[in-house]
Amino acid sequence: MKQYISVTAKFDADGNVIPLCINWDDGRHFPIDRVTDVRYAASLKAGGAGIRYTCRIQSHEKYIFLEENRWFIENDKTEKAG
Amino acid sequence: MRTILHSDCNGFYASVECLYNPDIRNKPVAVGGDADKRHGIILAKNEPAKAYHIKTGEAIWQARQKCPDLVVVPPHFDRYMRFSRMCRRIYSDYTDRIENFGLDEAWLDVSGNDADGEAIAHEIRNRIKSELGITVSIGVSFNKIFAKLGSDYKKPDAVTVISRENFREIVWPLPAEDLLYVGRSTKRKLNRLGVYTIGELAAFPLPALRSNFGKWGDVLYTFSNGYDNSPVMHADESSAIKSIGNSTTAVRDLENNEDVKMIFMVLCDSVCRRLREQGAKAGVVAISVRDKDLYSFTRQKKLFSATDITGEILDTAMLLFRENYDWKKSIRSLGVNVSDLSPADSPTQMTLLLDERRRERMEQLDRSLDGLKRRFGSFCVRPATLMKDPVLSAFNPKEEHVIHPVGYF
Repeated sequence: MKQYISVTAKFDADGNVIPLCINWDDGRHFPIDRVTDVRYAASLKAGGAGIRYTCRIQSHEKYIFLEENRWFIENDKTEKAG
Repeated sequence: MRTILHSDCNGFYASVECLYNPDIRNKPVAVGGDADKRHGIILAKNEPAKAYHIKTGEAIWQARQKCPDLVVVPPHFDRYMRFSRMCRRIYSDYTDRIENFGLDEAWLDVSGNDADGEAIAHEIRNRIKSELGITVSIGVSFNKIFAKLGSDYKKPDAVTVISRENFREIVWPLPAEDLLYVGRSTKRKLNRLGVYTIGELAAFPLPALRSNFGKWGDVLYTFSNGYDNSPVMHADESSAIKSIGNSTTAVRDLENNEDVKMIFMVLCDSVCRRLREQGAKAGVVAISVRDKDLYSFTRQKKLFSATDITGEILDTAMLLFRENYDWKKSIRSLGVNVSDLSPADSPTQMTLLLDERRRERMEQLDRSLDGLKRRFGSFCVRPATLMKDPVLSAFNPKEEHVIHPVGYF
């Protein structure tokens, strides 16, 4: 499922965008420890295409997508948020 | 030797819609126009829908008869434009000679000392699949015509190489109508001459082709023999526009000249604004008319003096219509097209027969209206006539349709 999320991101001087923190609706924040890969990619699971950030969050690996100017994640319906 | 790729996005609109709706991905899906506005035809379909022999251009109800479970989704043109741009971004990693052919097709010239066209084609195919989530089929050849045949040869998600060594085996057995620009009427003429395949066309004596098809004979001969050497346009060359047109299917059938004038007013407004944006004037106005039984025809007229004045083009369209329509049947759709374009600032011979001072005032009026419409939208200033039937005239061809099919020449 496609779930749009609120993200705090940094724009560096070269124009790169790096996500720093995911802000969940219920007020919880999940800082991104490290971005290990950035590439253009489609998400067949969520249905969309954009820039895919492979992120390490609390030792979990998670894809975050930036599609035009909205961020989304691929959310398994069974998975608990975060 | 040149290495030309032709990349074709498979069922483009439908593929993009399926990417965005995971739930319908494995069902037969078609993208269709708005049936309530009577634009209810199939614009594109995915692979499962193809198995039901659903054709682009047929009515949605016809398609439903073939496949009752067909999922019909409305089009999202902004999405298709975005995906087209993303394709182009990928192509531009391999060459700066990219020539788009509509939104979903492009030629790429990847010629070079050690260009391995097939390897590049596979790389592009894989990247589009992973980065965009849709599939392409790519033809690799030594000219644009065979490259295009190659992209049609095997799909989806495939690469076909047509080389100087194998084109006789691959291309020549194909039916003549697979060749670019062999349409229904050319096919019929060729069949009458006993020509059914591209190979038979290639073997046909050139003088005989010329006497049957005029200068098209040369084109057919060149295309079928693989002699086409037209270049792939450079990425930053935009092709000179040869004509500008808009057409629409009205929300209800048109019954009289007044209805027709309303539709032409809206169409001419859009065509002329686009004409002025291009800084061009038109020498020829053409109209297309389709009646409720889907019989259609076109008529055109050369203008006395090239113009970009909305009023003059509208008057010409109406004149053409009045001269050529007898109102035995009501009308379903109308189109206006202008061609023989010349730069608006080219010097022109003034004429004693037209009131040039009035024309200048009309030009200024158009320019002021353009400014208002640009700032406040197409509906901010409208002729009072259009208020007679606000529903009929409530369409906006300038913004609603930005996708214009292109010609090869």
